[in-house]
Amino acid sequence: MTPERWVGCPDCDLLNRLGEIPEGAAARCRRCGGLLRKRRPRSIERTLALVIGAAVLFAVANSFPFLSFDMKGQETQTTLITGVTDLWQQDKPELAGLVLLTIFLAPLLQIAILLYVLLPLNLNRVPWGMARAFRLLRRVEPWSMMEVFMIGILVAVVKLMDMAQIVAGPALWAFIMLFLLISGAVASLDPQAVWERVEERR
Amino acid sequence: MSAAAATALSASCASCHACGFLARVPQSHGARCPRCQEALHARKPKSLERTWALVIAAAICYVPANVFPVMTVTSLGKAQSDTILSGVIYLLHHGMWPLALVVFIASVFVPLMKLVILVFLMVSLHRRSRWRPLERTRLYRITEAIGRWSMVDIYVVTILVALVKLGNLATIEARPGAVFFGAVVVLTMVAAESFDPRLIWDRCEARTP
Repeated sequence: MTPERWVGCPDCDLLNRLGEIPEGAAARCRRCGGLLRKRRPRSIERTLALVIGAAVLFAVANSFPFLSFDMKGQETQTTLITGVTDLWQQDKPELAGLVLLTIFLAPLLQIAILLYVLLPLNLNRVPWGMARAFRLLRRVEPWSMMEVFMIGILVAVVKLMDMAQIVAGPALWAFIMLFLLISGAVASLDPQAVWERVEERR
Repeated sequence: MSAAAATALSASCASCHACGFLARVPQSHGARCPRCQEALHARKPKSLERTWALVIAAAICYVPANVFPVMTVTSLGKAQSDTILSGVIYLLHHGMWPLALVVFIASVFVPLMKLVILVFLMVSLHRRSRWRPLERTRLYRITEAIGRWSMVDIYVVTILVALVKLGNLATIEARPGAVFFGAVVVLTMVAAESFDPRLIWDRCEARTP
């Protein structure tokens, strides 16, 4: 049972009283409709399961080429990291940094923080520095852009189709699964449930 | 809006930006959230000043981002430069109009719309407007949600550069337009983040003199 609690709407600051929210339902501000809390069934366990899967796929997706390009018998392959180093070598460190941040570092941190916080919490322990880790997670999340990268791959493949033959590498499937699992993990995470679990342990 | 509504601010409280905890705020500065230790602010600090600065910077970068080429394709000695818009036209000519539409919306329409919406919201705040706070809040939510999709073109350039490097046969090179374009995306994302939609409602609650 969740105790009744007052919250300020993040969008309009109105005080709302939050009572018991049914599982799977969301509470919205009565004045502006801002999201106050989305309650997810078994949020911690489900998110943890999805994140463990994402961690494995992250390693696979970044270890193998995701696309290869075959033009008149000459072939090139690319992994995410070689894409970043190519931009760097073309004297575009800003772009290289931006790509590295949004599809490598941010998703990596997102997965690592969720594992670090949820794994002990699932065993009823509060990890050291939990508050700091969770604050960092909120900062990192907007910069993790796997879903946008998926559209980027699609557009790039279409543009190259006329020029040469494009072959999907093993990592492409891992990237697609990774994108699905990360999106699922973000959707099933209810941060308030995590804080409630932490408060119970204290 | 009629009489002043009960907001966190009017109850001398603040909701934590990081964890949503509703905390009592003492008068002194430097208060921290009792639950997660994030710095507490009733409103985002210097929201309007920061958002203006970022929006102006983004608007300046928007011009070279669209005028300069984002990449150059060199194939068998022939070089061809592409801007954001000519990339969309290329897709159209090849009958890929759904994809052309996606790229046009993500790369041309969305950044421009974000800038227009943020300027509109800030002007309405400066004018202390009480006009349709609900709709203005919705506009803000849209701006916040769609900004990331503009990154598509950056990823397309990255993938093309990484794949097409066959010496004399064909190479693709990233050009300065892509750097300015990346700057627009980052600046507008940070601008949307630094804008505080609660200011819209504060203006509506201020008592008429």
